Amino acid sequence: MTDGDRPVVSDVVLREVDAGYGETLALENVTLDVPRGSLVAVVGPNGAGKSTLLKLIAGLLKPWRGEVLVMGGKPGEHARRVAYVPQAEMVDWAFPVTVSQVVMMGRYPLLGPWRRPGSQDAAETDQALERVGMQELRNRQIGALSGGQRRRVFLARAMASQAQLFLLDEPVTAIDPATQDDIMDLLADEAAAGRTVIATTHDLACAAECFQRVVAVNRTIVADGPSSIALDANVLARAYGGHLLRLEGDRVLVDDAHHHDERDAERHFHEGGHGS
Amino acid sequence: MIDLILGPLGYDIFVRSLLAVVMVGVACAVIGTYVVLKGLAFIGDAISHAAFPGVVIAYLLGGSYLIGAGIAAVSTALATRYITRRGHLRSDTSIGVLFAGMFALGIFLFSTIRGYVGDLFGFLVGNVLAISPTDLVALVILASGTLVVVAILWKELLYATFDPLGAAASGLKVELLEYLFLGLVALTIVISLQAVGIILVVAMLVTPPAAAQMLTVRFGRLIGLAVAISVASSVIGLYLSFWLDVASGATIVLTQTAAFLVALFLGPRRGMLARRADTHHVQVPE
Repeated sequence: MTDGDRPVVSDVVLREVDAGYGETLALENVTLDVPRGSLVAVVGPNGAGKSTLLKLIAGLLKPWRGEVLVMGGKPGEHARRVAYVPQAEMVDWAFPVTVSQVVMMGRYPLLGPWRRPGSQDAAETDQALERVGMQELRNRQIGALSGGQRRRVFLARAMASQAQLFLLDEPVTAIDPATQDDIMDLLADEAAAGRTVIATTHDLACAAECFQRVVAVNRTIVADGPSSIALDANVLARAYGGHLLRLEGDRVLVDDAHHHDERDAERHFHEGGHGS
Repeated sequence: MIDLILGPLGYDIFVRSLLAVVMVGVACAVIGTYVVLKGLAFIGDAISHAAFPGVVIAYLLGGSYLIGAGIAAVSTALATRYITRRGHLRSDTSIGVLFAGMFALGIFLFSTIRGYVGDLFGFLVGNVLAISPTDLVALVILASGTLVVVAILWKELLYATFDPLGAAASGLKVELLEYLFLGLVALTIVISLQAVGIILVVAMLVTPPAAAQMLTVRFGRLIGLAVAISVASSVIGLYLSFWLDVASGATIVLTQTAAFLVALFLGPRRGMLARRADTHHVQVPE
């Protein structure tokens, strides 16, 4: 498997995968190949199966059909080289842990049950905190942070775990633009260093500008390619169905209602289309 | 005054009881901290009630109550999780079904016994002063075993409690830890039965960590404070019950409740008010 002089290794491969929860099918016939060093955005409307796709790769959900390979093994086989960051809503922010404790948790799987965190673990934790710019707030309880700072802390945990594969569920959702840029820069650095980053996002503009590759999901993969192609208006129409407003040219607006069940919910429009 | 404190120590039975409540206090506070953080208080209450038929069967067969209660409690703890997964039920529903069913079985068997059942009644409301030397040895061994397991797995349990998905994805056996933890909860409850009784044992698990939560937002300090509050209330409660000649289990639990109320109202900086602010109010530091 060589392409010229550089070996191409796939960190994630899915072949004809179906998956769901209970009786409900969430993803159907998904085939995907993510080479090492990729920076991939997974986009799609709510309930499209973005998080399900991440959970399959993380080994948190078993496929009903098809094959999932992560770093050449079954999901979970190389779990210590995988860092999964859940959506912010999944975390109990009142939990009695500090910023540095959360980052240190990234080291726990590497240590095993008997060993206590040592000086090397402390050094890795410090370095990760430094990189995300959270060194000064290291002793804060995590609930005392802003939304963007919380995302930085979880990213630092992923870095401290020295994972090869980063699986991030909505890492840049609902945070300030400066933090969003910082986080995307850090993720681009990780990808440039040969790590593989797969992140879900609602933000099509961000997907178009900051990621090399975009995978659009709506129960199955409806588009997959460089962001300019995958975010083409016609492709988006397939991903988002009726929730799409066409503007002139190839620019579109996606009517992305975050709160489907709430009546009169505020609707969020994200501008997408070709990157500037 | 000194006589009030040293006097009771002249009785073997008081010394045994003191050792028992200290061990129970430490084990309950450590396990209870995780119970509170995992939101499993209801499971704690359920497991203790489910132990009752085990106690009654052990009594009927003339065996050790620890074994009977242990089997009933551990199997119920594991069964709730199994039934939740198998039946696609909410966990509080399956717990409600199992715990009431098991407790009813205990009452049913209890009512078949004719004659003196004072010993059994002691398990409902607790009677630590009735603890035998053999029971104390078993209690110390089991409590130490529980603490050793937590000492080995504290950080895995912490990670799995805080972020089960992240922990599982990075290779921790979260499912296995969950079953193991429920087993530890069951064991801790069983060793606490004689001290405080089935009905009140949940307070031993939940109240000291809840009080500690009013005082700190650091995990290490939380466990430490929970242990300190738990042991202090257990010792004070036992003395009070001795001096006043009242029920020991209830007095211990009331002492813990008093400690919780003090922490709730006198610990406003780090206590309830500060935690509220942390969760709902986002402070953006400079």
